[in-house]
Amino acid sequence: MSDAEHPADESNPNVAQDDFEPVQVFPEADEMDLRPGADNCYKCTTCDSACPVAEVDDEFPGPKFQGPEQWRLKRKSDEDIDASVMDCSNCMRCDDVCPSSVPLSQMHNTARGEFVDERMEKLSREYVRNRILANYRTMAELGSKVPRLTNFVMGLGVTKLFNEKVLGVTSEREFPEFATQTFREWWDERGGPQVRSEDKRVAYFHGCYSNYNTPEVGKALVRVFEEFGYEVVVPVQRCSGTPMFANGMLNDAKRAAGINVENFSGLIADGYDIVASCTSCSMSLKQEYPELFDLDGIEDVSAHTYEAMEYLRIHEDLEGALADSSVPEQSYAYHAPCHARNQGLDRQAVELFRELDGVEIEDVGPSCSGISGTYGWKEEKYEKSMKIGEEMFEHMHHAAGEVGMTECPTCSMQMEHGTGYEIRHPLQVLEEAMA
Amino acid sequence: MPIRDDVLVVGGGLAGSIAALSAAEAGASVRLVSYKKSTLRFASGLIDVLGYPNGDGPVSNPYDALSSLPDDHPYSLAGEQAIRDGLDLFDEVTADSYRGSHTDANALVPTYGGTVKPTARYPEASAAGLASDARSMLVVGFRSLTDFDARLVSEHLEAAGVPFEVRGAELSFPEEFRADAKVTRFANALDRDEEIRFAGRSVGAREALAETVKPRLKGVERVGFPSLLGDEHADEVRADLESHLGVDVFEIPMGPPSFPGLRLEDALFAALDDAGVRMSTGNPVVDYEADGDELQAVHVDQKRRKVPYHADEFVLAAGGLVGKGIDSNRSRVREPIFESYVPHPSDRYDWFDTDAFGDHPFARFGVVVDDEMRVLDRNDAPQFANLRAAGAVVGGADGAAEKSSSGISLATGVVAGREAGASI
Ligand SMILES: Cc1cc2nc3c(=O)[nH]c(=O)nc-3n(C[C@H](O)[C@H](O)[C@H](O)COP(=O)(O)OP(=O)(O)OC[C@H]3O[C@@H](n4cnc5c(N)ncnc54)[C@H](O)[C@@H]3O)c2cc1C
Ligand code: SF4
Ligand code: SF4
Repeated sequence: MSDAEHPADESNPNVAQDDFEPVQVFPEADEMDLRPGADNCYKCTTCDSACPVAEVDDEFPGPKFQGPEQWRLKRKSDEDIDASVMDCSNCMRCDDVCPSSVPLSQMHNTARGEFVDERMEKLSREYVRNRILANYRTMAELGSKVPRLTNFVMGLGVTKLFNEKVLGVTSEREFPEFATQTFREWWDERGGPQVRSEDKRVAYFHGCYSNYNTPEVGKALVRVFEEFGYEVVVPVQRCSGTPMFANGMLNDAKRAAGINVENFSGLIADGYDIVASCTSCSMSLKQEYPELFDLDGIEDVSAHTYEAMEYLRIHEDLEGALADSSVPEQSYAYHAPCHARNQGLDRQAVELFRELDGVEIEDVGPSCSGISGTYGWKEEKYEKSMKIGEEMFEHMHHAAGEVGMTECPTCSMQMEHGTGYEIRHPLQVLEEAMA
Repeated sequence: MPIRDDVLVVGGGLAGSIAALSAAEAGASVRLVSYKKSTLRFASGLIDVLGYPNGDGPVSNPYDALSSLPDDHPYSLAGEQAIRDGLDLFDEVTADSYRGSHTDANALVPTYGGTVKPTARYPEASAAGLASDARSMLVVGFRSLTDFDARLVSEHLEAAGVPFEVRGAELSFPEEFRADAKVTRFANALDRDEEIRFAGRSVGAREALAETVKPRLKGVERVGFPSLLGDEHADEVRADLESHLGVDVFEIPMGPPSFPGLRLEDALFAALDDAGVRMSTGNPVVDYEADGDELQAVHVDQKRRKVPYHADEFVLAAGGLVGKGIDSNRSRVREPIFESYVPHPSDRYDWFDTDAFGDHPFARFGVVVDDEMRVLDRNDAPQFANLRAAGAVVGGADGAAEKSSSGISLATGVVAGREAGASI
């Protein structure tokens, strides 16, 4: 409505809905009543206008339907969850824009879990494929045991053909290479922490990707934190659960979350905070865990998890530390991952590196990269994923930089895939500047 | 060492953006902290300065009507020059994408309800649609887009006595979008000029749309569409339609999601970026730290963790009841961050008029400021030495009824930002 017709302040019920706190409404661990959240929706459609999937896919009814409308339907009659919820990529953009704080992504995650549990044929190609994609870590663990062989096999045309025809994994993408030495192997080889401290302590959640594929990101984190005098520990850990949420594999996710919470929560009492280098991992520990699971220590873990640079900005004079630093000339086209946006971290790399001597950095705009973790790997979603990413590719080409930068490993795959640019993580530039 | 800046602005709407830009112009390092997207997503994108002072109007020149406003009206406090400065800054930010700066007089812009709105600045995209222009008009709507009824718009315009012939036509969008396809879907198809099937062949979406409209032209001199003609490439979309149709094409602002509002948001964001303003969005400010009457920091709730953001000067631009800057429950009206004084009757039945279109006190609820936009307590003394306010959070005006919301945001934003910047 335009206020031409109604006085704005009356016509728009966009007022604070402070009475709804998503985590308070769970009566039981596995039975969620999200109805109060659904009631907060006043159908402004802001979420629909922010959904990257709805933008390119006519068939996708959008977040408003997936969330509040579906919950209302379910309340009235015993409607089945609509299959379209599997088309949501879990980018959580809808969450970020809803002016009424409707817990959209929580609703989608729950609905997806229910759909997969109750309606998906467990022997179907889609289920098997999704399960494999969601459990990337299992594959990665095997693959990284013989990295060169795996990289070779994965690159073969026949493997790709098999993946696509039998599994439904697109043959358009190159499998990420496995590092010849994982981050954890490196960590053990160097003998763990090189700095000990009583009051500056962090526990690193490296996630799967920086362990198996880009250990240089994990190493950068360790070196930067140690440079600031932190004791870094690296507890045993599982996947953060992000790909599992997105595929409705809530049981898998809960199992992984259980191990992570157990291994990290105990450290908090000893003064450790948790830092992650992947924004989907930090999002998962901060928000999705306590929204979806009821586990001992989960609130503690949530409240003590930070994205790595966020942590340094809060606790250290990062700007001051870089004030006199310089690095050899380099320019970047920076893309903020959706899950960084959701945490309010979408501008921090640009903000910091803009001041760093030698670096030119340009934000390539607010669009979603389109890959959304496992989404863009699915044969039937590949084209949509590239269509969503088009805006970002275009902006990257127009930006001054010929190197991309982002915090999210899958966004970085998409950026590389769509532009051919090499992609770096902000921590790598920080490491370079601090050296 | 924590996050620190010279000036910290709370709120990323029109008022907050203008305050941040003004402070940056004064040479300060500025950070803007904003929670959700601002009301620009719903707003028409029109910049009203004053259309109906004290319920009378429409007035053709807002500046002539300023002296009739009460003393506690934000315009009376900020002064005429502040309005002009605010508009100047706005014109700079929006460059060629807005019109109206050539005159002090209000322009008359048709809205999607079929009313005619007196406004000071309007998007270039709406320029060919002015109601003061005597050229005949066709208004096009789409059957799948139920919020915009072209026939209703044209009937209302006619009833409003516009000096031209106007017709409405409801068409089917050339591509088979699902019945409830999102507005963004249409806009994107046009933006990218997607190849679609049309009359048995494959053509660009723009051409297909033009061909669909063509048979309805019947000699009209301009065609108005709901405001979904593209997003990033809106100018191109309009130009292409014009060349296919051979007449002027314009957009009628509609809401939400409002493309004119979104485009304005983009322009403001780009200007903030160019000015080096730091932006932290997505999390709310929930608390503050003060030392005596000096604010030290505000606390941002980052997923249930409070992170302090330090600054020397603060500007509160969190919006009114709509933007969440002012909150109300059954017993009282409050400003939730600083608990600033918000005068209101203690009996809540006195908050509104029994007549739905009457003069509602609640529309004027907001914090009290002095002529430098410093926030005052109940004794008319500054609540904090370094806290100012701007935009809809400031009380004393019914911006929606007067048609002055954006003008107030600009004027108070300029004063608050400039003064904050100058105090560094
Ligand atoms: C439906 C509608 C139609 C309109 N149409 C017109 C029109 O035709 N013409 C016109 O001139 N004006 C119109 N307006 C008014 C105009 O768009 C603005 O609302 C007005 O200028 C007020 O701007 P603002 O910056 O003060 O507040 P807002 O735009 O409300 O912005 C407030 C910002 O503060 C943020 N915020 C709130 N609380 C916090 C917090 N605790 N911490 C951090 N950030 C916070 C919000 O997320 C938001 O980004 C319309 C408004 C609406 C709602
Ligand atoms: S869920 Fe939120 S953004 Fe979506 S329609 Fe409802 S209130 Fe609007
Ligand atoms: S999470 Fe992303 S893809 Fe899913 S409904 Fe929300 S905005 Fe759309």
